[in-house]
Amino acid sequence: MQGPLIDTLARRGVTRRTFFKYCATLASLMALPPSAGRAMAEAMAAAPAASRRPSVIWLPFQECTGCTESITRSHSPSIEGLIFDAVSLDYHETLMAAAGHQAEEALHHAMKENEGKYLLIIDGSVPLGMDGAYSCIAGRTNLEALKEAAKGAAAIVAMGSCAAFGGIPKAKPNPTGAVAVSDIIKDKPIINIPGCPPIPVVITGVLAHFLTFGSLPEMDKLGRPKAFYGETIHDRCYRRPFYDQGKFAKSFDDEGARRGWCLFELGCKGPVTYNACATVKWNAGTSWPVESGHGCLGCSEPDFWDAGGFYKALSMPANPLKMVGTAAAVGAAAGVAVSFANRAKKSAAKTGHETTTLADLEK
Amino acid sequence: MNEMQFLTWVRGTGLNIAVSIFLLGVLWRLVEIYSLGRKKDLSAPRSVAGASGWNTMFRRSVPPKGMGMVKKSPVSYIGGYVFHIGLALIVFLFAPHIKLIESLTGLSWPGLPSQVIDLVSVITIGAMLVVLADRINKPVKRYLSTFEDWFTWLVTFLPVLTGWMAVQHLLLPYTTMLALHILSVELLLIVLPFTKLFHAFTLWGSRYYNGAVNGHKGVAV
Amino acid sequence: MSATLEKGIRVLKEVIDAPIASYFNSCVHCGLCAEACLFYTETGDPKYTPIHKLEPLRRVYEQEYTLLGRLAKAVGLAKPVTDAELHEWQELVYNSCTLCGRCSVVCPVGNDIVYMVRKLREGMSASGNAPDGIKGAVNRTVTIGSPMGVKLPAVKAQMKHVEDDYGIPIPLDAEGAEYMVMLSSMEIINFPEYLGAIAKIMHQAGKTWTLCSTAFEATNAGMQIGNSDLARLIVSRIVDGAERLKVKTVISPECGHAYTALRWEGANLIGRPFTFQVKHIIEVLGEFQKAGLLKTEGFETDRLTFHDPCQLARRGGVIQQQRDLMNQVSKNFVEMPDAGFINWCCGGGGGASAIEEGEELRLEAFKKKKSQLDAVKPDRLVTACANCRIVLEEGLEHYQMNIPVVGLTEMIAEHIPEKGA
Repeated sequence: MQGPLIDTLARRGVTRRTFFKYCATLASLMALPPSAGRAMAEAMAAAPAASRRPSVIWLPFQECTGCTESITRSHSPSIEGLIFDAVSLDYHETLMAAAGHQAEEALHHAMKENEGKYLLIIDGSVPLGMDGAYSCIAGRTNLEALKEAAKGAAAIVAMGSCAAFGGIPKAKPNPTGAVAVSDIIKDKPIINIPGCPPIPVVITGVLAHFLTFGSLPEMDKLGRPKAFYGETIHDRCYRRPFYDQGKFAKSFDDEGARRGWCLFELGCKGPVTYNACATVKWNAGTSWPVESGHGCLGCSEPDFWDAGGFYKALSMPANPLKMVGTAAAVGAAAGVAVSFANRAKKSAAKTGHETTTLADLEK
Repeated sequence: MNEMQFLTWVRGTGLNIAVSIFLLGVLWRLVEIYSLGRKKDLSAPRSVAGASGWNTMFRRSVPPKGMGMVKKSPVSYIGGYVFHIGLALIVFLFAPHIKLIESLTGLSWPGLPSQVIDLVSVITIGAMLVVLADRINKPVKRYLSTFEDWFTWLVTFLPVLTGWMAVQHLLLPYTTMLALHILSVELLLIVLPFTKLFHAFTLWGSRYYNGAVNGHKGVAV
Repeated sequence: MSATLEKGIRVLKEVIDAPIASYFNSCVHCGLCAEACLFYTETGDPKYTPIHKLEPLRRVYEQEYTLLGRLAKAVGLAKPVTDAELHEWQELVYNSCTLCGRCSVVCPVGNDIVYMVRKLREGMSASGNAPDGIKGAVNRTVTIGSPMGVKLPAVKAQMKHVEDDYGIPIPLDAEGAEYMVMLSSMEIINFPEYLGAIAKIMHQAGKTWTLCSTAFEATNAGMQIGNSDLARLIVSRIVDGAERLKVKTVISPECGHAYTALRWEGANLIGRPFTFQVKHIIEVLGEFQKAGLLKTEGFETDRLTFHDPCQLARRGGVIQQQRDLMNQVSKNFVEMPDAGFINWCCGGGGGASAIEEGEELRLEAFKKKKSQLDAVKPDRLVTACANCRIVLEEGLEHYQMNIPVVGLTEMIAEHIPEKGA
């Protein structure tokens, strides 16, 4: 891409006004002051010649490419996708034209040229099993690649639940020994953008923040940007009044489901899931899982695959109560055993009874 | 262990252990207590309407007539009623709880709106604090109280407090608060059969025996 | 001189049953039992809390009959019940408990505390920790025949007295009589009018009755000390006498615990149902009244109130009869507050009145009775238990209240028209 981003956008029919509105929206979504919107617009609009735009290196590990799909596979050349015009995306296996040795060279060149300054984006988990052999690129394990790339990165974005928390590969029994980026790298700022996949505007918002301010936005205890992961789905869900009234869909497509009642009983993990789906929604605000009639899976939370089951309500036991029958039997048996011991003791006391006479009242 | 794993553990393994120990303990203790039996009363009985074990089982839920007991110890009665009824309402009429019971037994019934349960929780918490204060301040209660009394108060209080805090999003993130709530309930379940909390099961037998022995004499207690 | 702690504990092990286990496991330390016990309400001392009086029994139960308790005992974590402790508990189990039963009525979880105190006394007595005063009474009952040392000659002398005064013969050992009448020592010595009253009433009702030479004493000190072996010994005399004389009904006199001992504990002590009925004299009078066999004339004119003996009303189920009888001979009968089933104890039942060192406590507890009387300000106080009478008189005197105490049976009999000698 050549020239300022704003010109590129103009060529694609996106007016200056629309662009400014977009940046203002982005800023307000992240709870930043109005001045930040303007700053974002100016920073991105002015995005200079390619060589001086911030370098972004995107390494894919044990991933499904869904995160890339999310941000790029938009229904029209969307603003989200254009963020990549504001940066210099120096390495992205799915999007780049190069392959093979050329691709490897581009990677190492970018890392060397921008040492200490590039933004490293990782999607997919890092397998540790079999010394990392489960996922190798160009003959090197993901683990090695991560450690090397992290050394020169200014900051790391763990894109998607796999990179952020280990994701699907980590689900029991975790055959590849998958772990999160933050389990490996301890000495660089890491921001987690979980979701399976993450919402496009969340990715954009974080990148925009980085581009504008040179730093990562405020994060919660799990390293997620508070602007997007600060509230639970449950607290922003439009079906919440039904939860509070106790109106639940009991099965898919039943009366309650058709009336748009709460999906808690069908396993919705909204109450324990932090994400922006309920407000920002998907497909440029078209809809989101609950609105489509399916409970939230909790995909932006660690270990969501092993949280007891997508269709098991939070109030239900995560696993069947296996020990209960045996425990009851053991309890009853213990009681019976004690009752026999008690019977024997009482009997012995009776047999040993020494009739009290008057003399026996004195010690 | 992260919060989600903690929550999944308390919902899974933790619950399994707690419910198992609970059932084990309840059955063991019930048999241990009631297998001692009692000798048949060979004296000639009196039969008076309203004087029997069954009558007393239910009648004893209200203060005895005309003895001015409520005035003598209002906190015992009023505080006691409020928090017991409050606990029952919260446990049995809050949707997520009903759902849990349904998953364990197959039975379910309509619940109360969450805002009502919220109010009931606040009142219950208040009542429990008042009851605690009374135990500290009143000479007889203080005199009788042992570590077990304070511990069982805490073990009963924590589920109500943590449940309410979770819904209100106080102190810790919801996922953690919910996990702590479930954990506190598991603690309650585990200690219940082995402490004075077991009165939930034995008071029926006690009232029955009392009513039967006195009913034999024609006195309605 | 052979009472030992070991014997005491063994006896407790014998008497602990499912009700006791249920009660101890139900107690939530609410303290409401204290509010029902006059020894607590009038002294404010929490040690008199009824359930606290049972602490040694509770530990024996736990350590002997619960798995966890036994384990604790085995590893040395259980506090054993010692002889010193039982001795310390004497005041709580005897002096400050008359087995009145109010605590059992209020306990919200249904604990029958008086049932447990009665059983703890078994261990207390077998281990030698019963109070001297009651031991003396038991001694005299067993060896002489009555707690106050009254023997048959004394009884016969009283009989003669009454025959002379009232002109009605007093049968002795009359086989096949319908009623066998018993007396309590108190009556023989202090209130001989009782025997005369019985004679008049029976004569008017046309019922056959008799005294029994081997079983004239109703008081069962064995029950008060809480020792089933001794109580059985004493009760057996009555059973033997009643069966020997083939009577239909044995009448328990105006005494509280005598009634409880015979009517409710008796059959269980001897291990078989009675072949005769047992009734309190007030019950019998009530029956006569209903059958029109109790004709009286005239009324008491002064303001009267009635003190319900605990063992008769709350613990015995005879509550209404005394009221109906009072109304037959009094136009000015007022109930004191808390009358009837929930009446407050006189403070001297269950052997308490025999305990010298407990007198100060008894008198302090009497403030409750005083408050009941102050509320109605009667001219006289009527009751149906000779022990209550003594205790009430003592208390009234202590508080300088000029209220004479009379027995109900006597008062009724005074209104039976004279038929000439």
